[in-house]
Amino acid sequence: MSAVIDEHDHHADDHHDHGPAKGLLRWIVTTNHKDIGTLYLLFALAMFFVGGTMAMVIRAELFEPGLQFVDPAFFNSMTTMHALVMVFGAVMPAFVGLANWQIPLMIGAADMALPRMNNMSFWMLVAGVLLLASTLFMEGGAPNSGWTLYPPIVLQPITVGKALPFAVFSVHLLGISSIMGAINIIATIFNMRAPSMKMMDMPLFVWTWLITAFLLIAVMPVFAGAVTMLLTDKFFHTSFFNAAGGGDPVLYEHIFWFFGHPEVYIMILPTFGVASTIIPIFARKPLFGYASMVWATASIAFLSFIVWAHHMFTVGMPIAGELYFMYATMLIAVPTGVKVFNWTATMWKGAMTFETPMLFSIAFVVLFTMGGFTGLMMSIAPSDFQYHDTYFIVAHFHYTLVPASIFILMAAGYFWLPKWTGHMYNEKIGQLHFWLSAISVNILFFPQHFLGLAGMPRRIPDYAVQFADWNMISSIGGFIFGASQLLFLYIVIDTIRGGTGEKVTGEVWENAAQHSLEWTLPSPVPYHTWTTPPTMVPTEHVLDAH
Amino acid sequence: MSDNLGKKNSRLALTLLLVAVAMFGFGYALVPIYDVLCEWKWIERDRPDDIKKVPETAYKVDKNREINVEFMTTLNESTPMEFRAEKKQLKVHPGEYHTVNFYAENKTGKVMLARAIASFSPAVTSSYFEKTQCFCFSEQTFKAKEAKIMPMRFVINPELPEQYKTITLSYTFFDNTERSEKN
Repeated sequence: MSAVIDEHDHHADDHHDHGPAKGLLRWIVTTNHKDIGTLYLLFALAMFFVGGTMAMVIRAELFEPGLQFVDPAFFNSMTTMHALVMVFGAVMPAFVGLANWQIPLMIGAADMALPRMNNMSFWMLVAGVLLLASTLFMEGGAPNSGWTLYPPIVLQPITVGKALPFAVFSVHLLGISSIMGAINIIATIFNMRAPSMKMMDMPLFVWTWLITAFLLIAVMPVFAGAVTMLLTDKFFHTSFFNAAGGGDPVLYEHIFWFFGHPEVYIMILPTFGVASTIIPIFARKPLFGYASMVWATASIAFLSFIVWAHHMFTVGMPIAGELYFMYATMLIAVPTGVKVFNWTATMWKGAMTFETPMLFSIAFVVLFTMGGFTGLMMSIAPSDFQYHDTYFIVAHFHYTLVPASIFILMAAGYFWLPKWTGHMYNEKIGQLHFWLSAISVNILFFPQHFLGLAGMPRRIPDYAVQFADWNMISSIGGFIFGASQLLFLYIVIDTIRGGTGEKVTGEVWENAAQHSLEWTLPSPVPYHTWTTPPTMVPTEHVLDAH
Repeated sequence: MSDNLGKKNSRLALTLLLVAVAMFGFGYALVPIYDVLCEWKWIERDRPDDIKKVPETAYKVDKNREINVEFMTTLNESTPMEFRAEKKQLKVHPGEYHTVNFYAENKTGKVMLARAIASFSPAVTSSYFEKTQCFCFSEQTFKAKEAKIMPMRFVINPELPEQYKTITLSYTFFDNTERSEKN
């Protein structure tokens, strides 16, 4: 078939063996996309529990008004670190892990395009997160300015202690790691596809990741630049953000959100990709509107670059600016709406079954849409003045991250674990995990809308007594949600160790092989796959496009 | 992996790396871009450079309008100074000149270089608030324990739109000693 394969056999270097190397060193030096994918996913899962523990500290402190368990500075460290760990340590690495596992399998490639760089991106991520975590043990504590690291507060001795340079270098490492990951993903998708797979044949997960990778390359360096300016302002007497030297702290907000807004889509676009992969299989129908899904993803990515100032309506912009950012933001609802309608239309009259991955995906469609609607509310500049920096925004972005990104990551786990391990997970416990999570996540975050509308500010350890009841309910939801996630940990370990003992077929899910290439391989997936590219590409998912 | 594909991958990776480096540069380019946008009044802000000394112009005093000017004084972080305005507020007619004295004292036993930064609320009023004399035009040097009375002379341009009835002028003193000595 192709020269690629023959060459491989003759020049075989470190991949000529047919199984993984023995011993622990395998995990350190591996260049196999499946091993690296596993490392990313396990690391992300660990960080999910670290960040989750911080969230539990926050909810415990807010259980009642008054100061109970932690001092205010530590509380603010918790909100800051919870966000940084969840964003850069859990959600982003989890999606990179899925990309590592799935993209080569889905496009018929033997591995990622740049396997050694792949290994380096993972270990740099670990270094970055450890550096960040080390600030928790420093004099003055971890950064506590909020994850946005706004000056002037982030530069003041009372808030930074010794942590600032460590946090900045950690952002540099995490940035380099994700840029390398993104370059690898783009090179893999462009150069390594099976010859018969055209761009518009690619599964949506691959498409959404391709677009996300471009976002990463475009904005991570800008964030690295912004934090470098913080560093030089603090230690080398530059005045980018220092008013006394002619700088302006508002400039930081512009640069930060130029990164920050695309960043939130970096966390949601692959989510859309996984949802578009799971829903058709359990609805037993092709995905409705494949081409429109691709275009909607690209439009959202483009719009993400030109709406950043909606995060800072209250800094004092000319009316024209407020109006522009308001309308541009509202425009995002159009491609996002296209997606929601397409998922709904895919399910319409489908022969649906409700296994755990599908349950999480349906909950995602419903709850993400709610998060989208509160986003629309806040896009209205004059109303935003009331919501700004209250629990309303906290509720909004948690709805778009927890029951959206996190739920879909859970769904992806249930969906692909049988494929990866060859074992079936325990469906009963999976469903229990789903229902506990879906109910408690609403007990946790829904009351925060009320708190925000009533005026409770975010990032405070203590609050006025009129907020007590809803905070207590929210905390109870938080504790149930946190505890329920231990079920997921149990299921993952149990499935790796044999699960229900039920043998899964290569296809795992009914007719899945008609949707995407990975299901045509045996389960568990062999250590080396697609050394010969597939000749036939499933087209069920793109039926609408042709 | 064939050499051909390997080359293709490295070339693409290198191109993308260059894009990433260029975007790092773009982050820094946003600084001058921001300055230009502020100049064009796409973004409103007051910076020391913007608050230029203006020559004393004789305006027609508008006796029909009265603007309430409020003065706020703040010390950045823990700048070791005392700083206050002689009055909290002043009612003025547009076009009429007034002088307000500010009192500042260096509480330390060392020479201090300090810079006062002005901020207006509402921000748009800053371009109608003309100062002919101000301690904020330049960095102030305070000898050890020195106290100064610093006058600020201003006029409100009668072209100030009708809807503005109150202007809050806030000054923040920054201890710039370390920064100025390094530069």
